[in-house]
Amino acid sequence: MVTPTPADGYRDHPVRSYVLTGGRAHPSRNTLRPETLLCAVDDGRELPADASRQERALLETSRGTLALAELAAHLGLPTSLVAVLASDLLDAGYLAIRSPAGHALPGVDLLEEVLDGLRRS
Amino acid sequence: MGSAGPDGAPAAAGAGMHLAATVERSVKVLVVGAYGVGKTTLIGAVSEIPVLSTEETVTAASVGVDPRLGEKTTTTVAMDFGRLTVGGTTALYLFGTPGQRRFWDLWAGLADGAVGALVVVDTRRLEDSFEVLDQLEEHTRMPLAVVVNEFPGAPRHDTEAVRTALDLPAGTPVVSGDLRERRQAVEALQALVGHAIRLAGGSAAA
Repeated sequence: MVTPTPADGYRDHPVRSYVLTGGRAHPSRNTLRPETLLCAVDDGRELPADASRQERALLETSRGTLALAELAAHLGLPTSLVAVLASDLLDAGYLAIRSPAGHALPGVDLLEEVLDGLRRS
Repeated sequence: MGSAGPDGAPAAAGAGMHLAATVERSVKVLVVGAYGVGKTTLIGAVSEIPVLSTEETVTAASVGVDPRLGEKTTTTVAMDFGRLTVGGTTALYLFGTPGQRRFWDLWAGLADGAVGALVVVDTRRLEDSFEVLDQLEEHTRMPLAVVVNEFPGAPRHDTEAVRTALDLPAGTPVVSGDLRERRQAVEALQALVGHAIRLAGGSAAA
């Protein structure tokens, strides 16, 4: 069963204000946090010609590892918007998540390592 | 310290912006407190990169409007943050957020997965911290530690007096220091992480 098409054969799509994200307010994955570490995949592939300026800048800035929030700050965009852009680039294989994308709280082992690192810092 | 940006990093972002290749995970701590209390000072003292800032859009209750009436506006809030690589493999992020109730949207998202919250207080305006602590205790079960920012000329309170005045949960660490000093800012973080370890059932030697 297909969605009925209006009598004039034209389906209206209202113009959204968040055109930058292709009309989406939320990333396609919910594992991206502000501290999630991202890095461009270095396989020589070029972004498609229709990639946005923001996507190009995001990938360019991701040539080394940075957290999502750092990418947002360097690009001068809100973290929520960069999460949507990054999510697309992840889905397309241009960007990779460096840090384990867990939902859990940091475990005792990790906390002890952080505490030890702080003492030595 | 220690990450050299690979060639080709945007010039505007500066050298050393990227993490070292050995870093493979990240953790975060929230730095919360009333306006002007020294959150960004603490973050700047600890961070290995210049303090960064993003403008986040939040739905916030309008100022002076009873939140129960559902009157809301969209507003922009600056989020300052910094980074410290610890132990060579872990990036610790410090996110500073305003503690007011009307900005809860912003840190509800940030609180997810956080080690805990470091609450910065100014003894000259202790009452400004009540709302921040209320919000934390009402909405999260994050480990908390309180750090008294010893502003030059501010009256010295002993930490027990602060604990009593703020009616903190038992066991909450209270430390004080001049948060412009890196060592003292790092010690405040150690107090929070040590507390988080004890709450998680580990045995953090003090």
